[in-house]
Amino acid sequence: MKLLHHAAYGPLEVRAIRDGFGDGLLEAAQDNQKVVALSADLTESTRVDAFAEVFPERFFQVGVAEQNMIGIAAGLAHEGYIPFAASYAVFSPGRTLDQIRLSVTYSKNNVKIVGCHAGLSVGPDGATHQALEDIAIMRTLPGMVVVVPCDAEEARKATLSLAAHHGPAYLRLGREKVPTLTTKQTPFEVGKALTLTHGTDVTVIANGPLVFWALKAAHELSKTISVRVINFHTVKPLDYQTLLAAAKETGAIVTAEDHQVAGGLGSAVAEFVSAHHPVPVIPVGVKDQYGESGTVDQLMERFGLTSDAIVAAITQAMEMRDAR
Amino acid sequence: MIKQLELKANEIRSSIIEMLLEAGSGHSAGPLGFTDVLTALYFEILTIDPHKPEWKDRDRFVLSCGHICPALYATLSHRGFFPRSELNSLRKLGSPLQGHPHRGALPGVETSSGPLGQGLSQAIGMAEAAGLQDGRWRVYVALSDGEHNEGQTWEAILYAGARRLHNLTALVDRNNIQIDGYTEDVMPLEPLADKYRAFGWHVLEANGHDMAEILASLRHARAVFEKPTVVIFHTIPGRGVDFMEGDYKWHGTPPDKKQAKQALAELRSLRGKIRAEHE
Repeated sequence: MKLLHHAAYGPLEVRAIRDGFGDGLLEAAQDNQKVVALSADLTESTRVDAFAEVFPERFFQVGVAEQNMIGIAAGLAHEGYIPFAASYAVFSPGRTLDQIRLSVTYSKNNVKIVGCHAGLSVGPDGATHQALEDIAIMRTLPGMVVVVPCDAEEARKATLSLAAHHGPAYLRLGREKVPTLTTKQTPFEVGKALTLTHGTDVTVIANGPLVFWALKAAHELSKTISVRVINFHTVKPLDYQTLLAAAKETGAIVTAEDHQVAGGLGSAVAEFVSAHHPVPVIPVGVKDQYGESGTVDQLMERFGLTSDAIVAAITQAMEMRDAR
Repeated sequence: MIKQLELKANEIRSSIIEMLLEAGSGHSAGPLGFTDVLTALYFEILTIDPHKPEWKDRDRFVLSCGHICPALYATLSHRGFFPRSELNSLRKLGSPLQGHPHRGALPGVETSSGPLGQGLSQAIGMAEAAGLQDGRWRVYVALSDGEHNEGQTWEAILYAGARRLHNLTALVDRNNIQIDGYTEDVMPLEPLADKYRAFGWHVLEANGHDMAEILASLRHARAVFEKPTVVIFHTIPGRGVDFMEGDYKWHGTPPDKKQAKQALAELRSLRGKIRAEHE
């Protein structure tokens, strides 16, 4: 199986996606003195600590007060700054929807909401800390950009891109270490999906940690089925062109994400495909359940976010297509 | 000068009544109750230029309690930010005078507001931004008393006190009413001044209808350099219109035609009184 865009598959460096955000934030801040950062008592675990150390005057510690954090970020953006407001996704956007809606998106304030520890990949902390609905919430806000990087390197690039993009954005980051699939040379553009394998039989659209499992599924099937794997790191704006081509050329789609099936990437794909080129869209994701404590591997297994689940979904999608 | 400001406030109140009648919905009591403070701010205190609403060094005014926006709209218009004729479009389709303020829709409106409890946080961000670049502007933010029920308001009060944001002045419209009744019945706020003091703020109290007191308190606030200042303005909701004064039922309703006529007549006679008193 040949991988495109310098992406690698095989023995890979393993690194937490949030680490890439920390690197990107520091780089963005070195490039542009308007970049500022806010933390709600989670500076180290959201990886804002390096920024805070290098740029203490541009760092705002608000305490455990996410709503106030978003409001202050909006006020800073109102004055031309580029604030990155970081917390856990269950808290922000979890409890800050009203603040994001009024003070950020409706007000067109250039605030970057960073939601860490998103998805089941939080592991032992359990359901209270596993945000599985954040993408659904954020993508319904007019003007909001939603980006879900698949590895640390992509998170670094996403952070730099969002710093340069004028407008509100939500950057969703997992906690666990994942294989680094992309390299420094892999292109990244907000709103431009990245085709990782040129398949012709079926398409798997994934983002975040599920990109790795999508590649694994494609690899396992490679002798019999030609699977197109596309990294849809940007859920909004969705790359309609790439999606339409995949629907037309393969006629069957599987989506995979560490999020509720309701409202996430799979929904965004289905909304577009059903209106423009109806083909089967089979979602892999969490099905109207809360998570629980456990190791990440155990949780992925229990909730069906595995390469096996993707293989099963591929079979189902192709059968549906062929039965027509 | 006091007389001029009082007359201006009276004219703005008349505009508010006319706007609400034309709109057929909206809040009456709050806007009338805060008109004197807004008049003092826009005609005497704020460093602003109506012809350059985005001027970088302007003082920022954030209306956190967006529902009293008819008072802000009327004041901005009387101050020259946009033509008086626009006021009649309040709450109508396509109007820049949205039912609650929208940033960018109208010159002079700094922020979007309506959902309570967010303005102080936004104002803090603007005050911090001044600190980052040695900006000379001050940030003023108006809060209703009812929005002190919101947790975010207290998060922001805690933060501003801790950061000693002396370029920030909060103006509390202490009119004692909220939608469901009197504030002390719905969710008591007193002792409000002590609460602010305990959170590290400099606290002033003033009669929100005494122009001399309003001006003195706002000037005093500018001279406090070690902490943020809050001015608790004691106001009477519906001020200037007898049958609306102090009655929480007027919080969220507009006058009908007959009531508006009576209100405007009352305001006219008040105008005569202001002229006579100062002569």
